[in-house]
Amino acid sequence: MNINDIISTETKATRDGFGQGLLEAGHANPNIVGLTADLIESLQMQHFKAAYPERFFELGIAEANMMGIAAGLSISGKIPFTGTFANFSTGRVYDQIRQSIAYSHKNVKICASHAGLTLGEDGATHQILEDIGMMRMLPGMVVINPCDYNQTKAATLAIAEYYGPVYLRFGRPAWPVFTDPTKKFKIGKALQLSSGKDVSIFATGHLVWTCIEAAKELTAQGISCEVINIHTIKPLDEEAILDSVSKTRAVVVAEEHQRNGGLGDAIANLLVQKMPVPMEYVGVKDSFGESGKPLDLLEKYGLGKKDVLWAVKDVLDRKG
Amino acid sequence: MADFSKLTELAVQVRRDILRMVFNAQSGHPGGSLGCVEFFVALYGNVLKHSPKPFKMEGKNQDLFFLSNGHISPVWYSVLARTGYFPMEEMSTFRKINSRLQGHPTTHEGLPGIRISSGSLGQGISVAVGAALGKRLDGDKRWVFCLTGDGELDEGQNWEAIMSAAHHKVDNLIVTVDWNGQQIDGPTDQVMSLNSLPAKWKAFGWDVLILEEGNDLASVIAMLRKAKRRTGKGKPVVILMKTQMGYGIDYMVGTHKWHGKSPNQEQLDLGMAQVVLTKLGDF
Repeated sequence: MNINDIISTETKATRDGFGQGLLEAGHANPNIVGLTADLIESLQMQHFKAAYPERFFELGIAEANMMGIAAGLSISGKIPFTGTFANFSTGRVYDQIRQSIAYSHKNVKICASHAGLTLGEDGATHQILEDIGMMRMLPGMVVINPCDYNQTKAATLAIAEYYGPVYLRFGRPAWPVFTDPTKKFKIGKALQLSSGKDVSIFATGHLVWTCIEAAKELTAQGISCEVINIHTIKPLDEEAILDSVSKTRAVVVAEEHQRNGGLGDAIANLLVQKMPVPMEYVGVKDSFGESGKPLDLLEKYGLGKKDVLWAVKDVLDRKG
Repeated sequence: MADFSKLTELAVQVRRDILRMVFNAQSGHPGGSLGCVEFFVALYGNVLKHSPKPFKMEGKNQDLFFLSNGHISPVWYSVLARTGYFPMEEMSTFRKINSRLQGHPTTHEGLPGIRISSGSLGQGISVAVGAALGKRLDGDKRWVFCLTGDGELDEGQNWEAIMSAAHHKVDNLIVTVDWNGQQIDGPTDQVMSLNSLPAKWKAFGWDVLILEEGNDLASVIAMLRKAKRRTGKGKPVVILMKTQMGYGIDYMVGTHKWHGKSPNQEQLDLGMAQVVLTKLGDF
């Protein structure tokens, strides 16, 4: 597994992958229903709506009600996929998710677009950077943050076949596509992208590609990187993480999220108990975002390729 | 259908259960529970098509009921136990550790009869709308019922749900509001005025029924049957049901003070004398 073998020849938004995945899942299973809170096209749900109008519910700008209705539909054996921005899919409706979906263990798929800084120009009101933390704290909640169009589509199909509440997080911008479109998504199974012995780089979502680019540069400098895509933050693939860390003894975790509460903390929690080693975070340092172009924002807030490079050098220094 | 005298007897016994459960736990909500006894007895004893055994979550071709104001769990638990959902003895575990009878109803412990967790207020109508839409998709002709408190209507999510039910013409849904005019901090008029509740529901597009005698069993049965006849006409149906918090126990009637307070031994004895043991027996 050589990092230089991973290439991307096109860009597509992860939310487009969700839209196609939902349509295909809808073909396969008549129990799948779609719900939105006035954001059909932002979530790319128009394909599903056109194919199955009777199975699609527009609920207006009322996310709390949407979560409750989704829970109710699931009682009748339906598999509801709710679609709105990540901000309105989590923080705005935390208690509805907590009581009516998570505690009640309902088969609801909370599908959340425009997560993180790469939402861009709308600014911090909409750029949620705490959602992974909130969702992974809920008992029984599966938390998935796929890395590109193909993986988001595959994840959408996979969660349709899983019984239980799921938080599926994806984003707005066109982003490099590099995963195998034929690969089936396995919930909770980390994907190793390269073999290495010096450092383990764990990444989720958009930052997987950023880490691949960084790892190519590091490889050229003679640093052997093991890049692993942690698309499922909960349940965490502890075995894959510990296997890698037992070889490299140095860890960098990258995510488009606060350092507090996200994938980094999930991995730190594991390592501090099972295998304490030097570890560095690439994530937002306890601040809100702002308006701007996605790539500019990632760079300003310490989530760019250079930040991954620095984090790797720092952790290698500490490893000694 | 159980005959009327049996339901009357059941209502007395349910009141005893409520007081004894809350007394045993020294915790719980007797006031709203007592005020809704006639509603629950009418619903489970006469109106609902339901199957306690085996209890099935999906409830296909059955009527579904959702309790939004989950804190009145004692009345629901009593009626569920006494209509065959679980052993009566289990009522003695109410609000105690390792019990399926949690303070607020939950699916988490697998108690038959419960389809959603409730207690954090304002979520039940949304859930009921979803379940009713599910039945419509399935071509299932049965009804979805939901009970909500009036104080609970302070929560904005209710009005989102109320708007959406009318918009989507959810006409297999019957919501009942326990219109007792009380909430924890005092009368609803003082805490957060509901103003004209019937006009509000009408303006949101619902078929509105008003029940003046929510503590009269025959009236409740008649109203629930009437509500069923009003369904299927493109509008959701609401019953604004006037009840008295604490009904049946004189020192608890009509005040918010027994919303969430348990009686002591003396108060329990006083109450037991007002709802005399029936041949159904205590748990």
